[in-house]
Amino acid sequence: MIRDLVIVGSGPAGYTAAIYAARAQLNPLMYEGSVTAGGALMNTTEVENFPGFVDGVMGPDLMDSMRKQAKRFGTELITDDVVEMDLTGDIKILKDGSGNTVQAKAVILATGSAYREIGLENEKRLSGRGVSWCATCDGFFFRDQTIAVVGGGDSAVEEATFLTKFATKVVLIHRRDTLRASKIMAERALNNPKIEMLWNTEVTDVLGADKVEALQLRNLVTGEVTKRDFTGLFVAIGHIPRSELISSQVTLNSEGYVSVEGRSTRTNLTGVFACGDLVDFTYRQAITAAGSGCQAALDAEKFLSH
Amino acid sequence: MSAGKVTAATFDEIVLKSSKPVLVDFWAEWCGPCRAVGPILDDIAKEYGDKITVVKLNTDEESAIAIKYGVTSIPMLNVYVNGEVVKTIIGAKPKPALLKDLEGFI
Repeated sequence: MIRDLVIVGSGPAGYTAAIYAARAQLNPLMYEGSVTAGGALMNTTEVENFPGFVDGVMGPDLMDSMRKQAKRFGTELITDDVVEMDLTGDIKILKDGSGNTVQAKAVILATGSAYREIGLENEKRLSGRGVSWCATCDGFFFRDQTIAVVGGGDSAVEEATFLTKFATKVVLIHRRDTLRASKIMAERALNNPKIEMLWNTEVTDVLGADKVEALQLRNLVTGEVTKRDFTGLFVAIGHIPRSELISSQVTLNSEGYVSVEGRSTRTNLTGVFACGDLVDFTYRQAITAAGSGCQAALDAEKFLSH
Repeated sequence: MSAGKVTAATFDEIVLKSSKPVLVDFWAEWCGPCRAVGPILDDIAKEYGDKITVVKLNTDEESAIAIKYGVTSIPMLNVYVNGEVVKTIIGAKPKPALLKDLEGFI
């Protein structure tokens, strides 16, 4: 059986693509991802800026609603990973983590992005031993402790603010002297008495035998290197697109994001469309991801009708 | 049989005194990756229940045990053999990766 459409990856982009494609009777099959189902919003708490939710909505609840909506119109959901793809031919071939193969005329890629690491050897070694990428998962275990958050964007500021619920003190370490985060979130953090800002500073090492005990920090203006005690380090320095599986087939930009044609979601391969954080290195919002997922479904529908 | 539940009251009996290896899933309701890996562990419990016991420990309800075992990141999966932690797996992983990590116990 050759399907019309397979969607790889879930999240606002994938689920929106599924809602539109299912309503267009394309009978889409979606690989949600075995542990990544729901995407980046699964690791967030309150989403305040998704239109339509006056009082905000919890990230996981929003994703659960989108999933149900996709299912309601007949999307077939598989909670597994795609581990191999051949997208170059007219018939696309995808293999999943359980060894099953599916064939499709069109594929929408919506695999999103993964956390960016600082790239320190000890960061990796102490991962899960005080180094974390998920404040909502791990913040609880740092009750009454002094912890560090590295980064300066929305996610760093959100995590720092969230972590003050548990920690005695949260030190936000940022390479620049201003935050990149949206004004409302930045102000909330700057006015929070439990948050201390450490500007123009980078983390050069994570110290500790079998758990995080301290960080080595370098001031980027003075060059001064200091050591400061922390029991936890939350890394929120952005994301990298999850494009490794398709990098040899689909054209990517220099940062690894999938390149699309103009304002469309068309990749260099006929019948292959891409949307969400996999493509977007500019806006990266739940609502823009959802919008591009809609575009991808409409582009795929148009392609399939020809 | 899906993965059972373990509490402070039953930890000794179910985990530490078990004659089989025991996989303890430290998890919480509000942790997205924990919810993602939960059904995978139920699968593993069903398929490999004769070789390994799989149980879940809610870190909100049983924070004393979580602290005792130095949990700072969930999901965290500890394998206990003869009452000792012999393996720690941190973070949600797809089933094939988990099965690979559990080689030697299943």
